[in-house]
Amino acid sequence: MDSRFATDCESDEGRVPETGVPPKASVAALFWTFFRIGAFTIGGGYVMVPLIQRDIVERRGWIDKDSFVDVLAIAQTAPGPLAVNTAVYVGYMLRGIRGAMASAAGCILPSIIIILVVAALFDQISSSNYVQAAFAGIRPAVVVLIVSAAIKIGRPVVRSRVELALAAAAMVLVAFVRVSPALVVTAAAAYGLLARSTADNGGKDA
Amino acid sequence: MILLNLYLSFAKVGLFTFGGGYAMLPLIESEIIHGRGWLTVREFTDIVAIAEVTPGPIAVNSATFVGYRLAGVLGGIVATLGVVTPSVVIVLALAMLAKRFENSAGLARVKSGMRPAVVGLIAAAALTVARVALVDLKSMMMAAVAALLLFKVKLDPIVVLAVSGLLGAIIFS
Repeated sequence: MDSRFATDCESDEGRVPETGVPPKASVAALFWTFFRIGAFTIGGGYVMVPLIQRDIVERRGWIDKDSFVDVLAIAQTAPGPLAVNTAVYVGYMLRGIRGAMASAAGCILPSIIIILVVAALFDQISSSNYVQAAFAGIRPAVVVLIVSAAIKIGRPVVRSRVELALAAAAMVLVAFVRVSPALVVTAAAAYGLLARSTADNGGKDA
Repeated sequence: MILLNLYLSFAKVGLFTFGGGYAMLPLIESEIIHGRGWLTVREFTDIVAIAEVTPGPIAVNSATFVGYRLAGVLGGIVATLGVVTPSVVIVLALAMLAKRFENSAGLARVKSGMRPAVVGLIAAAALTVARVALVDLKSMMMAAVAALLLFKVKLDPIVVLAVSGLLGAIIFS
């Protein structure tokens, strides 16, 4: 998040004063981007990781790869739905409080609309074979999308043996030992802060 | 009054849900079913099924559904606002803090530890989903098709999901 944001942005009182460089994403663009993502986040928050990465990091270039990893770290440390947390953080980074609100609203609006419709038509929908079959088809694709996100996000982040060990430990602790992701991220943060060996690596980010 | 109670109950659920999605289901159970008596276990099971097959965070879906059952459309909206309020406030606070210490060496070190762990968490999510998604030869073939569409044909992830859903409706029904 640096010089690439310093373009085409009119003054905006909703912006955070600390933001040295104005972001280029409009509040409306944030809303629609997260609306689109929210509409396709089926089967839990992690599905939106590849979707957000594609839309916001790769296609629009609103935030860079490293910042996206930091966003995910914070989103998983805070309580609440991962999708909403990510939307709030990305929105805040780009457009301050108003951006955060617009992104969060965009992210949850599709669910609200769909659930209200579903709640009204519940019996017909839940007993439809076609609906069940469609989701049986979507679930394997979800696995592929998440794996691709892990690879894309991991490539620039996991470069040393220590980093690989950290990633592997986090995976095992969460997937098999069922430790809370928030606890794992917090422990990894503490490790990073205290470990001497990673200090030079951290310097690159500053 | 029911609206206020809905808001507060779901704010409580949102506040204590770490790790997203499924982590909140036991909380909803204790708060909404046993605590408030707003739902039966049978209705709750239906809600989980719906939340699983509809887009959006499970926490949000469950909140909307329960709120709607109890107090109509307005109830659905109020419960949803309740469940996301704590996240919005806490994430904003963390984002402001991160922005304030953007250039500090300490934060850079914290990030250097967190980043690899996040990659591990995403891999863990893939494993968790794989356990329920890749159950037979058909579903593994579907995964292979999705991988082909994503990596070779380079389709947008959303298009990959839509195509997979369509294929699923044809193949599995």
